Amino acid sequence: MSDIMSDVLGLVDIPLEEFGVLGKDEYVSEVVNRPSVGYWKDAWRRLRKNKLAMIGLCIIIIYTIMAIIGPWMTSFSYRTNYLMETNIRPNAQHWFGTDVLGRDLWARVWVGARISLFIGLVAALVQTFLGILIGGVAGYFGGNLDLVIMRIVDILSGIPFLIFVILIMMVIGSGLFPIIITFAITGWLGMARLVRGQVLQLKEQDFMTAAKAMGASSSRLILKHLIPNMSGVIIVTLTMRIPQAIFTEAFLSYIGLGVKPPMTSWGQLANAGGQVMQVHPYQLLIPAFFISTMMLALQLFGDGLRDALDPKLRK
Amino acid sequence: MNNFEKLVEINNIKKYFSMSRGRILKAVDDVSFYINKGETLGLVGESGCGKTTLGRVVNRIYQQTEGQVIFEGKDISHYSKKDYKGITREMQMIFQDPYTSLDARMTTGEIIAEGMVIHNLYKQKDRTNRVFELLNLVGLNKEHINRFPHEFSGGQRQRIGIARALAIEPKFIVCDEPISALDVSVQSQIVNLLMRLQREFGLTYLFIAHDLSMVKHISDRVAVMYLGSVVELTESNDLYKNPLHPYTQSLLSAIPIADPILSANRQRMLLQGEVPSPINTPPGCKFKNRCPHASGDCSEEAPILREVSPGHFVACHLVN
Repeated sequence: MSDIMSDVLGLVDIPLEEFGVLGKDEYVSEVVNRPSVGYWKDAWRRLRKNKLAMIGLCIIIIYTIMAIIGPWMTSFSYRTNYLMETNIRPNAQHWFGTDVLGRDLWARVWVGARISLFIGLVAALVQTFLGILIGGVAGYFGGNLDLVIMRIVDILSGIPFLIFVILIMMVIGSGLFPIIITFAITGWLGMARLVRGQVLQLKEQDFMTAAKAMGASSSRLILKHLIPNMSGVIIVTLTMRIPQAIFTEAFLSYIGLGVKPPMTSWGQLANAGGQVMQVHPYQLLIPAFFISTMMLALQLFGDGLRDALDPKLRK
Repeated sequence: MNNFEKLVEINNIKKYFSMSRGRILKAVDDVSFYINKGETLGLVGESGCGKTTLGRVVNRIYQQTEGQVIFEGKDISHYSKKDYKGITREMQMIFQDPYTSLDARMTTGEIIAEGMVIHNLYKQKDRTNRVFELLNLVGLNKEHINRFPHEFSGGQRQRIGIARALAIEPKFIVCDEPISALDVSVQSQIVNLLMRLQREFGLTYLFIAHDLSMVKHISDRVAVMYLGSVVELTESNDLYKNPLHPYTQSLLSAIPIADPILSANRQRMLLQGEVPSPINTPPGCKFKNRCPHASGDCSEEAPILREVSPGHFVACHLVN
């Protein structure tokens, strides 16, 4: 048999002495090829690959910068009436034209952007903070406390938003600050429900039990384990809340409950433009363009962020 | 065995969960045993028989409904939160599912060091060295310290879980089905790792599993549970050679044999019926509706665990 094999393979008998041990790697168990990357760094790397999300992020950054420097780029003030120059179309002097009262629209758009973005950001942050606090307490401690808090949430969410707004504005007047308070009071409900659900789901997981069995205190469990594990959901909801708040402010301005003129916001500009839409369409189209692109940008960015923060989507 | 050698002792532990409409689920019903220092007690039984609940009562994650847990001679059944923290240094746990037992947002290093941070052991710099030491001990590399759990395989994750449990140098570890979620080839690695660590550090294990051949390999003594109660407890060789309780006999006859000829010729003992619900258990022996030898006595009185030969405990009326 072995003769046949060596014939077929063309092998000749090799004397045994020529075999030798060349050495073996016993202790090189595994070579690590990829450098270890932190969680946030990795999320950023994945976000950068998402083109739509990056376009959204660019728009958000450009609008934010313009809200800061925009009003200073022109010599016209957002509140001065140039009564000889009302309803002028966009030209070299007034880049976005002027409105019915002869105010420069370029300045007004970017001042309005300050108000809209500020309301959006602050309202979303306050809502998120309250939502995490109240929903987290309800979910973590559970029992009767959970029952009471969630029934209060149920009752509050049964009251229509507009009634809330009108009631609050009757008590503390209208303007920027009351708007933010109204948003804060009404907006945390959904966030609280979301956070409570997340906490209920996470607190039964083995890694929580493991930390408890290790003697971790409640504050450690919440700060080190619960909140980081909810951060993806929270951040995404936060980015979705910002356009929602901007939009609601626009709606309130539309029905005359927003900020008071001559201060303005994107919603108010669209409202004013809508009234002269048939003769001077640019007065509606310009603020409408900024509102819609900002909405789109925030939604795209929020979407991309959700995908980037989910470790399971990592390649 | 004198009292001094017992590390953990549980007496008449009951753990009831109240369900809706006033029903009560008896997850663990009157269980007593002890574990000696340096010993491994295997705990076997089918799904839902209360193994995990019992493990968590011993580890003080659940508060028992009734009964006593004694650790190193001290009754720890009613420890406050403050005292509990001290106990966590002595007792640790290894979990069944390596995918949920590690926090996905923490690096390996943070996970392993967590116990040291909580108990304020070592200085900052020494902790990192200690983590390296632990990684090496469980067969992982230094480079793994900054990686996240989802970058590891199941077996590697379980090694991280073991390193985490060892970090604060406990005396006693509850292994809650540490191998059942792993591939067979990895199972033996983990079991051998656990056995090596036991030899090196003189650990005591409560090893919960449903793989009988694995349990035989690692355990000194084995307790068989059925529906919240221990039905048989003896040394592991004795149990496999001479099972006395009909439930143990049927469990053992279900172990696959690698030899086809032996396998074809053996008498298998198949059980009829289903496990009764632990919510409304009928009086008498819990096993009576599935037991091939059940007689009138069995439906009247619940059998208690008694010593039939030295070190061999059985809860059955029919064994003399």
